[in-house]
Amino acid sequence: MHLFLFLMFGAVCVGGAINLLAQRHPITSALSLIAVMAALAGEYLLLGAEFVAAVQVIVYAGAIMVLFVFVIMLLNAGEEEQTKGSRVAILLGVPGMLTGGLLIGWVVLRHSGTESVPIGALPGHPTDIAQLLFHDFLLPFEVTSVLILIAIMGAVVLASKPEASAGKVG
Amino acid sequence: MVPSYVPLSYYLLLSGFLFACGVVGFLIKRNIITIFMSIELMLNGVNLSFVAFAAHWHALAGQVFVFFVMVVAAAEAAVGLAIIIAVYRTRETLNVDQVNLLKL
Repeated sequence: MHLFLFLMFGAVCVGGAINLLAQRHPITSALSLIAVMAALAGEYLLLGAEFVAAVQVIVYAGAIMVLFVFVIMLLNAGEEEQTKGSRVAILLGVPGMLTGGLLIGWVVLRHSGTESVPIGALPGHPTDIAQLLFHDFLLPFEVTSVLILIAIMGAVVLASKPEASAGKVG
Repeated sequence: MVPSYVPLSYYLLLSGFLFACGVVGFLIKRNIITIFMSIELMLNGVNLSFVAFAAHWHALAGQVFVFFVMVVAAAEAAVGLAIIIAVYRTRETLNVDQVNLLKL
């Protein structure tokens, strides 16, 4: 049953990721990325990480992707024009990528395929995560708050109108 | 293989596939917003392997790292999209091939 659910969510992930690459229009890519993120939340639930799954849906598929869609619509982004790729890159890159991917897949399946992830063995309760986050990882947590503050200020400065900032300076 | 268990390697392969899709999109896409979304796809792939390893090694710290990755991704998205808006305002294009000078 878990394997079936894993394969179902994984198929949505793989399909969404390929669709992101195949589509020309950025809004379609954004929607398929939202599908990937929602399916990943399902994978997190299978792994027993309920809180991470909730945060994935709220923060990633909610806030961040809304920001992306908002910018796409704000800038009125149309279809991207295709540029000619170099033949050498295609001739060398595609076989190289296939070889590398198959090699990595073989190694991963060979050397870690025996261990199984027991479902629900590690309940990711918010209580346990909060204990870790606010006790063991308190300093990184505070540093990320500074990072967020800097990001907010940077976004405001970068996205503000040039004449407005020039007026403030002058 | 016990049917109700999913091997760790399956999660790792899915995570690697998502990361590879992100890398390919980063390289072949020409729209700057789609390139940004490819970066988000890479971060998601890494998050999946974090959570899978957390479940595998019974270490909840792996899930905490996912939150830090999400925070960094949110900050990066905010700043990056602001940069995209600034670039679009000066150049009127989203094609990265035409954004080849730091200064106009």
